[in-house]
Amino acid sequence: MAAEHHVEEHHPGWQEYVRIGVILAVITAIEVAIVYVEALESVLLPLLLTLSVGKFVLVVMYFMHLKFDHKFFTWLFLSGLLLAVGVVLALMAMFGLMT
Amino acid sequence: MAANHVIEHPTSTGLDNRKMAMWAFLASDCMFFGSLITVYLVSHGRAMVGPFPQEIFDIPFTSVSAFVLLMSSLSMVLALGGIQRGNVQRFRIWIATTAVLGCVFLGGQIYEFTEFHHAGLTLESSIFGSAFYVLTGFHGTHVFIGVIWLLSLLLASFKPGLVIREKSLNVEMAGLYWHFVDIVWIVIFTVVYLVEA
Repeated sequence: MAAEHHVEEHHPGWQEYVRIGVILAVITAIEVAIVYVEALESVLLPLLLTLSVGKFVLVVMYFMHLKFDHKFFTWLFLSGLLLAVGVVLALMAMFGLMT
Repeated sequence: MAANHVIEHPTSTGLDNRKMAMWAFLASDCMFFGSLITVYLVSHGRAMVGPFPQEIFDIPFTSVSAFVLLMSSLSMVLALGGIQRGNVQRFRIWIATTAVLGCVFLGGQIYEFTEFHHAGLTLESSIFGSAFYVLTGFHGTHVFIGVIWLLSLLLASFKPGLVIREKSLNVEMAGLYWHFVDIVWIVIFTVVYLVEA
């Protein structure tokens, strides 16, 4: 039986979402720009991965509301994500791509 | 701060089962895409025949596609905000924007696939071709399903009582799926395109 009740959620307003959107766009522009900077070639991979993780976290925390939702959802998602990252790293190591 | 009136069914965890199922699905989809990305990383450098990634990737074009998908995530969250505040008109505008941006992304992918095919990269031409098309093709399929979902929500909003503030969880579920499609592209864009460039 459905019970209707009032839930107060602390989601950001549209200004906050637009601000996050602008940050995401700027990070993407930086990612593309640094690919063409030869001086950064030696640190390109860690730089790109860091920026990519930053975008990933911003979308998951703010747009998908994990920052404001019940912590169980965070753990549920992290369980799959960490398993996926583990599989990627293990297979890369197995095929000699980590060296 | 948004105050939402939602209809929830009592559950043993106190959490909505549908939302929990969606997060469990997204977690499993992480493993699915994780596996495909790994296959790409392991195999693309072993291609014996061209065309090779550096020869055919058009980074400025793909960057625009990435930007379009990122902005669709913004419009999706604005659509959700609209329905959570009971503003159906705002919801319709932003959900339609999201669907259009999704179609633009898909159009870009079709164009890219066509260009690559003309350059000689097919599903069977090399191990790079197989891994690339399977990975990006599955992502494109996810985007396509998302667009259908968004359009069905848009159409449903014209029928009274289907897409309303009290049922905003239906929109939130579609939003979670759409944002997931976006974060998968964030990873693919970096690992497949930018690193190769």
